[in-house]
Amino acid sequence: MAPLIDSSQATLSNEEILRYSRHLIMPEVTLEGQKKLKGARVLCVGTGGLGSPLALYLAAAGVGTLGLVDFDVVDYTNLQRQVLHHTSDVGRLKLDSAIDKLIAINPFVEIKRFDTYLSSQNALEIISGFDIIADGTDNFATRYLVNDACVLSGKPNVYASIFRFEGQASIFATEAGPCYRCLYPEPPPPGLVPSCAEGGVLGVLPGLLGVIQATEVIKLILGAGEPLIGRLLLVDALAMRFRELRVRKNPECPVCGANPTVKELIDYNQFCGIRGEESEASPSAKIPEIQPEELKRRLDAQEDIFVLDVREPHEYQIVNIKGHLIPLGDLPTRVHELDSSREIVVHCKSGARSAKAVDFLRKSGFKRAANLTGGILAWADRIDRSLPKY
Amino acid sequence: MSIKVLIPTPLRPYAGKQSIIEVNAQTVGEALSDLVARHPDLRKHLFSEDGKLRSFVNVYLNDEDIRYLNKDATPVKETDTVTIVPSVAGGR
Repeated sequence: MAPLIDSSQATLSNEEILRYSRHLIMPEVTLEGQKKLKGARVLCVGTGGLGSPLALYLAAAGVGTLGLVDFDVVDYTNLQRQVLHHTSDVGRLKLDSAIDKLIAINPFVEIKRFDTYLSSQNALEIISGFDIIADGTDNFATRYLVNDACVLSGKPNVYASIFRFEGQASIFATEAGPCYRCLYPEPPPPGLVPSCAEGGVLGVLPGLLGVIQATEVIKLILGAGEPLIGRLLLVDALAMRFRELRVRKNPECPVCGANPTVKELIDYNQFCGIRGEESEASPSAKIPEIQPEELKRRLDAQEDIFVLDVREPHEYQIVNIKGHLIPLGDLPTRVHELDSSREIVVHCKSGARSAKAVDFLRKSGFKRAANLTGGILAWADRIDRSLPKY
Repeated sequence: MSIKVLIPTPLRPYAGKQSIIEVNAQTVGEALSDLVARHPDLRKHLFSEDGKLRSFVNVYLNDEDIRYLNKDATPVKETDTVTIVPSVAGGR
């Protein structure tokens, strides 16, 4: 395999030699390896949960050029895990916040910023300026886009993804190894696999997985050790167990196989979304809704309305509006607790789960069930601003 | 015979919140059938309406993808572990 990085132009100043001395004295790195790191150009897609530790450690390690792609703004709920961003950064562009921290850690790093959403229109051009791509995104459409763009450009994709307290990591799209589509040919329909925003994520988990990504990026640059190619690492932080599964290159893979059918970037929103229309996970569109203001007015007028909360008990503990609690998953077995002659208003956090509950209830004969638009978050915004949001 | 099926976090709500489920089976296909018989809510997450394993759910016998073994017909032994590995996308 040809060396990935051209280090012939890289030189280290005395200051840099001192800074990287713990690397330089290791036989796996040496001055030559540190020059490779300096000559390397790594693109981090996303500066959130995975991107934070990834970019911090790559900058500290002396990767010469770091590209950052993000369009997002720092939100209060990011701070529990996105350690690039501080409390005072809430409301700033993540890129502005990230660049401040990375330059503060290592002013020798050159940062290239891309204030954009990675898309089929810009991905190949952005990727062309880098040697290794690290995928720290949070949705299936971008994951397939990054994979295909890496395969088409011949650049390795250092991958990780997380859910609650479990993570997966691997390296895709190397010349001999499998790609993400070899592992998962198609994305799940929308709604069937919950996102971190819906399912939650342990704050340290992206730290664990992002550091694994950084480790693999650095090994690829150095050409050292055994890269995570053809292996899927499963991390269960709750059990603190690491397992490894084999990932084979699929000879019939539509993008990296012998006879590829995907030869250019496609419409990934369509690829990931069009299947949702046939999914039973998305309830039918005709769900009756009630606005928070109307519910408030009618409750104040002592009208007979039964408020049903279909969130989980631990969410109820955070904040509630005294609704009767039956988690969505328990609804089929506990539906007898409800009175079909009464008007029922169902709510969850933001309205998605309660829409499914209303759909289920109406099909089960509860003709007077309606969904509270925007869930308890809308209630906290528009009716009772003293309530906490989560 | 009785073998272990490891249930990933996203599917545990449909499997009585368990992480490991013991099933009776001679093949991987029977292990999955016994699993969804015990936990019917899992069915739509593992299989499409025509009964095929969904393409975003991978099933491993020990550390090998059953697509590269004998798929559903792959025989299992008492000491084997079947692992379900669905795709997850989270990262932020």
